[in-house]
Amino acid sequence: MKRKRISRRQRSHILYGYLMIAPLTAGLGIFYFYPFFKVFYDSFHVVGAFNKRSWAGLSNYAAMFRDPVMWSTLWNTVRYVIVIVPATLALSILVAALLNTGIKGRSVFRVIYFIPAITMSTAISMIWRWIFNSDFGILNYVLSKFGIPTVQWLSDPRTAWITISIVAVWMNVGYEMIILLAGMQGISRTYYESASLDGAGKLQQFRLITLPLLTPTIFFVLITTLISTFQIFDVIYMMINSKSLAKEASQSIVLYFYRNAFEYSKKGYASAIAIFLFLIIMIITAFQMKMQNKWVNYDQ
Amino acid sequence: MNNKVKKKNTGHIIVYIVLLSGVLITLLPFLWMLLTSLKTQSESIRVPPVIFPAKPVFSNYLDVFRDVPFGRMYINTVISSIVTVAAQLLLCSMAAYAFAKLKFPGREVIFVTLLAVLMVPSSFFILPQYLIVQKLKLLNTIPALFLPNLFSAFGTFLLRQFFMSLPSDLEDAAALDGCNPFTTYWRIMLPLAKPGLVSLGILTLRFAWNDLMWPLIVNTSQEKMTLTAGLAYMQGQYHTNYPEMMAGAMMAILPLLILFAVFQKQFIEGIALTGIKG
Repeated sequence: MKRKRISRRQRSHILYGYLMIAPLTAGLGIFYFYPFFKVFYDSFHVVGAFNKRSWAGLSNYAAMFRDPVMWSTLWNTVRYVIVIVPATLALSILVAALLNTGIKGRSVFRVIYFIPAITMSTAISMIWRWIFNSDFGILNYVLSKFGIPTVQWLSDPRTAWITISIVAVWMNVGYEMIILLAGMQGISRTYYESASLDGAGKLQQFRLITLPLLTPTIFFVLITTLISTFQIFDVIYMMINSKSLAKEASQSIVLYFYRNAFEYSKKGYASAIAIFLFLIIMIITAFQMKMQNKWVNYDQ
Repeated sequence: MNNKVKKKNTGHIIVYIVLLSGVLITLLPFLWMLLTSLKTQSESIRVPPVIFPAKPVFSNYLDVFRDVPFGRMYINTVISSIVTVAAQLLLCSMAAYAFAKLKFPGREVIFVTLLAVLMVPSSFFILPQYLIVQKLKLLNTIPALFLPNLFSAFGTFLLRQFFMSLPSDLEDAAALDGCNPFTTYWRIMLPLAKPGLVSLGILTLRFAWNDLMWPLIVNTSQEKMTLTAGLAYMQGQYHTNYPEMMAGAMMAILPLLILFAVFQKQFIEGIALTGIKG
């Protein structure tokens, strides 16, 4: 009797288990797993009008390696990563550390700093585009008061990527700061108390206690900003129009993918670019996982 | 001693100065957005720039509704966001509960396989997803806006962590009372998972409201656009009329700002949670 009841419960676990995961699994299957393989398939084809496919072997990949725009796009993206990721990390650690000093009004500061993180990047890009406008923008006017000549923030190919990086960092800091601050608040007070008794100053405490114990959180923020910056799209799409002189100099991999797929209707070629981006992100993830053991301190 | 207090005070003053300049840099763009939206077009392009409009004009806010179907875009965004959040909460929590608490063959393998989606950049899937929606003849419809976003591997992962931290005694008791696994999940475990659901709901809402690329691709008719795509469209069409664009941008960001003002604690804790779980 008892054995039968247990097995009935087991059976209902199996039945309900499959039923309850079925909708999600089916949805992910149709909209994520099938597309995953489809991208590989398409990258070996030329996708013409009415989505007619003809076998193209490796020619999309060969074209990609010969395409100078692809290389400059890759370089642009790497450049964004090199600037945006460290700047985001440094500023968000700075703000989080200052908010963690026990000053008054911390929750008000936290709320204000977080506002850009819930504002749509489309709207943010529009206002920054207006601020950076070289003729009527407020920024050039303020700078002119200090004797700085007009800067072509967005139309000069040499400066457009820097302007975009500034906006991207401005958008990132609040979000990452919240995560870092939560990490800092997880560090036990007793460490600071004993360090303080030993005569360690605030800066020393930050360097010797906060930073080492925060490495898991810093590592998490590093990976997520790295991966999201490699996919930067919204800000560039909104701030640089397709007739701009700075179009090529500011274009990222995802934007070039988007243009090939939906503006130039080169879907096969776009698929090859998508796979290239996927491989880069896989390599970063693998590399990070390896480095993680070297400098992340997990025991608290 | 006095010296030490003094040193502490100057330290605090420096901290405040740095933090307040950060606040300025954070808020000034929004203030400029607001001020610009209240100017006439000729006022907005005057040199030297006019800081405060001579007389605030509110007509820009109405003009947005005249020049693009802004009301429709609003409704589309609200519908698409609500459906996305509701579907993710339901589908993810149901699957997450099964993965966390029910025993069935292949559970681990299926779960780990689904998580693989998290390793792939979201733009990777977008082209075939577009072709699927096209094949279903759903381009330029409201369902196109949310269809692929109803299913989330991330949400399942997040909620599974949550369910695993809940004790199993309650379920055993529920089973003895004749609850089947679904009713146990629905009546007993789901209410207990509320903090996790709130987190996921906030993260999903933030994504659904603000996402640009997907709505841009699937819906090209103005009537079916979301606010993000609508703003992008306006910038293409009316790129010289900044006051009107700023009015549109203000209205587009307002709902989430209000929600954030009301639920700041939940927003901030929801984000912080993902960092700790990661």
